[in-house]
Formats: sequence, structure tokens, C-alpha cells
Amino acid sequence: MEKVLMKGNEALAEAAIRAGCKCFFGYPITPQSELPAYLAREMPKRGGVFLQAESEVAAINMVYGAAGAGVRVMTSSSSPGISLKQEGISYLCGAELPCVIVNIMRGGPGLGDIQPAQSDYFQATRGGGHGDYRTIVLAPSSVQELVDLVYDAFDLADMYRNPVLILGDGILGQMMEPVVFKERPARQLPPKDWATTGKMGRQKPNVINSLYLDPVKLEEHNLKLFKKYQEIEAKEARYEILNGDDAEYFVIAYGICARIAHAAVEMAREEGIKVGLIRPITLWPYPKKAFEEVLPKAKAFLTVELSLGQMVEDVKLSVEGRAPVYFYGRTGGMVPTAEEIFEEIKKMRGLS
Amino acid sequence: MKVVFERPKSLQATKTHYCPGCGHGVIHRLVAEVMDELGIQDKTIGVAPVGCAVLAYNYFDCDMQQAAHGRAPAVATGIKRALPDRVVFTYQGDGDLAAIGTAEIVHAAARGENITVIFVNNAIYGMTGGQMAPTTLVGQKTETSPYGRDPQIAGYPIRVCEMLATLDGPSFLARAELTDVKNINKTKSYIKKAFEMQLSGKGFSLVEILSPCPTNWGMKPKDAVDWVKNEMVKVFPPGVFKEPKEG
Repeated sequence: MEKVLMKGNEALAEAAIRAGCKCFFGYPITPQSELPAYLAREMPKRGGVFLQAESEVAAINMVYGAAGAGVRVMTSSSSPGISLKQEGISYLCGAELPCVIVNIMRGGPGLGDIQPAQSDYFQATRGGGHGDYRTIVLAPSSVQELVDLVYDAFDLADMYRNPVLILGDGILGQMMEPVVFKERPARQLPPKDWATTGKMGRQKPNVINSLYLDPVKLEEHNLKLFKKYQEIEAKEARYEILNGDDAEYFVIAYGICARIAHAAVEMAREEGIKVGLIRPITLWPYPKKAFEEVLPKAKAFLTVELSLGQMVEDVKLSVEGRAPVYFYGRTGGMVPTAEEIFEEIKKMRGLS
Repeated sequence: MKVVFERPKSLQATKTHYCPGCGHGVIHRLVAEVMDELGIQDKTIGVAPVGCAVLAYNYFDCDMQQAAHGRAPAVATGIKRALPDRVVFTYQGDGDLAAIGTAEIVHAAARGENITVIFVNNAIYGMTGGQMAPTTLVGQKTETSPYGRDPQIAGYPIRVCEMLATLDGPSFLARAELTDVKNINKTKSYIKKAFEMQLSGKGFSLVEILSPCPTNWGMKPKDAVDWVKNEMVKVFPPGVFKEPKEG
């Protein structure tokens, strides 16, 4: 299979087309601009739709319309733009519409900056908009994984009729790495017999809707969604453990931060510190199982994030007080070096 | 026996929640009659707004999507781009279209998006209980303009057809009044024309309908119709604002 050198944003776009994405709607924002530019070039040539919307709000609502019409659809943005999309994401979840939403995170709050960050973790994993809902959140840490997870994102969205977020960051979007676009066998997916395509001979009209004026009905609907979320939690949590076999200490990091943390783990290993890395691949559902696996031998955990401490809450919820949980983070677009993290690993060992 | 009047096929056999004297029921019927006459019921997808017509998906007998407040033109864009051979319409009120959804309607029009918009202008927010709308007349009393709309505080009503007529994208823009048989028939002819524009791929079409809201205006149904005729048309003159040149 052919290896090609591609920027993260462009590889993601190419993977989306190959995964059968028919429509893309988006609004310009740094640092994800290469993604829409690639699709603007390629979609018309390959039978797809690219449309630049007048706003993030319009873009996500175009996604709603196209998803409701039964096609694979994607939008992408970066942090401030994703905030604007939250109304639409809440409606998409309420109406159970499958779509893929890419967030190439940058520093916040507010307009922040355009440097890499992981400070939208709460927004991504706690719903983000109004109401009781969840979105599946995938967090790739290499360009190859970005590509692979795009296919999974579309499948998971269709399988569960739910939006799927791909949470990247400015580094992942901008960096070039060799990738292979692997052909994948088509997955068995439920038919979209709920889509509004026009009745086309169907007896009853299909309706895409999130309004249930009767609270009894809305509770029923929300409980149905909740049951789906429980199924997703049971089946779809993913993670990777590196250098875990003999480890007594664990660093937890996702996305690009996990790459840097792994380098720090290797440095610590060279000094004889038995440390491993837990890398969550799904941020929701959070891979609690990873912690069950290592807790019997773990003396302490160190969470490293490009934020002032967001995922660390899920780490604490997973560890449930059975071992100390430490935190190290940089914020505002600053990225820790492997040396910085190595120092934190040494501190963790000294403290516990 | 000869049937002289019946429910259009494109309407469901159900009671609506609309108030006595409200224009929505008539407008629903006109849209449904046009769908029947053009034979497009089976390939039409409607988009319901937030507002009094939010439950339109229970009344039209065609596939429907319910959109977030003001976003119907964006939702309709998504549907139409995904399924270009289908007929897509939005049904929106004045708060939905001309306040919270101004960006979406202007840009759908500017793109010449090949959809049809039914815009019901009754100069007030109905569903939320009679607040000032972007189309509320100067001096008109509402829950949130209790002393009458004062331009010094709340500015002036927006004329949507005139505003959109400055754009190159729209193919057909017209305003009608839902006041008497003659004008109701004219309203229907505009709606039909608007759907025909879409069917022939000419791009964005919108029909604005001046419609009575007796409940929130605090009027009897007949007085409400008279108010449309005597007051609303002064601010919102009916007519065709844009149509393709013949030939």
C-alpha cells in the first residue's frame, strides 16, 4: 500500500471523502483552514458537495439538514467556532442525526490564540450545548490515526445515530506525517429508513425533530438516548497502554500531548523509573477500563494536558481515590517539552 | 354527488393548534393545495421553524424537519444540497426569519439557494405570547413594547422583500395579504409561482404573507383582518418585488 506524506488537516479531508462523506459545510477559521481548502478542491471532482457557510451556526445547521436527508456529512472548525456550533450539536443529538464534527483545538478562552490546545475537553465530553446528551469523542495522536479514526467516526455516527467529534489540535492539523489510506471492508450499518428524503411512495411522512412538548414523552425520549449512551460506554471505549507491563507509575495523556508524554516516559525508563503511558483514544466514552487494568500495580498517576486540568477530572473519577492523581498542564497554546514532563514524573515518584 | 371542496392530500387529517382567526391554517392549506396541484407531495421536504408553526410537521403530509430558531434556511440548504432533485421549502414567522434568522435568510437568498420560503409576517411573536417582532409597526403595542414601538428605543420594522430584492440571488420575491378571497387567491398564485421557480431550477423564491394574529393583537378576527388591510399594508406594500424577466 502506498505511503504518502500529508498534513493532518489534508489527510483528514481525504479520509472523509474515502469514507463516503457526501457533503461538507464549514466556515473559515485557523488552524484548520487546509481541511476546507482541500475539500473545496476535491469534493466537486468526486461527486460531493462543498459549501462555505455564512457562519458556524449556519454550517452546523446545514449539517443537520443534510444528515436528516440521510447522507454522510461533516463540518470542521476550531475552538471558538465549535462554541458557536453548540446549539446545532444539541439539536443533532436530540434529533439523533449522524454526522462528524472536527475540532482542531486552539487556545482560549474567547478569541484566545491560534496555537495548539486541549482546553475544549469539558465542552466536548460533557455535551457542550443545552440538555442531557453526549457526543462520541475521538482523539487521534498521529496523522495515520487521524485518517483511521475518520472512517470509524462516520461508522459510529451511523451505527448510533449520533454526532461524533474528532478532537485534534493545532499541531496534529498542521504537521506532516506519512499515511496509508487502507481499504476497509464495508461495515454492516443500520438502514437510514428514518431519513427525510421525500416520501417517495412511503405511507407515512418521516419527521426529524427534537421537540417533545409533553414532559412524559421527553423523559421517555431522553431515557432512550441514555440507554444508547450506556451501550456506547459499554462497547466503544478505546485506549492504548504503552510500557505498561512492569509499570508502577502511569502518565495519562491524549492527542499530541500523548506523543510528547511518551518521549518523557522513555526518558524516565532510561533512568530506571518504571513508568507507563495510558493514552485514551475515546474521550467519551472515557476508557475507565484502562485504569482497572493497571490499578492493582499503580502507585500514582500523572495527567498531562494542554489545559489547566480538564481530563484530570475523568482520571480521578476512574481512579476513585485508590491512588494519588497528579496533574501537569500548559495552557494558552504553550506546549510542554518531554523534559518538563520527565521532571513531573520524577516529582510524582518522589511524592508517592 | 360531486365533491366541490376537500382536504388537500398534502395536509394531514388532523386538527391544528392554531387560534381562531389565525392565518396559519389558511396558509398551510394554500401550500398543500399547491403541492397537490404540482404533484410534488412525494418528493417534498418541508422545514418547520420555531414559533407558532413549529408543529407544522404534524400538519403537512410530507417529510419534514424541525429546525432550530431562525436556522430553517440553513437546514433547507443542507437538504437541498444533499438531494438536489427534491423540493425543499421552509415555513417561517417574522421573529424566526427576520430577527434571529436574518443571517441565514439573507445568505440563502444571496446564494440563490434553490429553495422556497413561506414567510408569515404577523408583526408579533405569537408562540411566546405577543412580544415585539422585527416587523412590529411603529406605535404598535406588544408585551415588550407596552407603550407602542418607539423608534428611539426599538428602531423600525424590517421590510424583508425589499431588502432581499437588492440581491442577485433570488428569482422570485412577492408579498401578499391574507385579507379577502381575492387576496387569498393571489397569495396562492404567488406560492405556486415560488414552487415553480424551484422546480425549474431558477433559485431562491420567497413569498411574504401579511397574516392576522387576533389573539396577540387583542382583536376580534374580523378586526384583525381589517388591521392587516388598513395598517400593515401601509408599511408592507403587497406586490411582486422580483421575478424573472419573460422570454
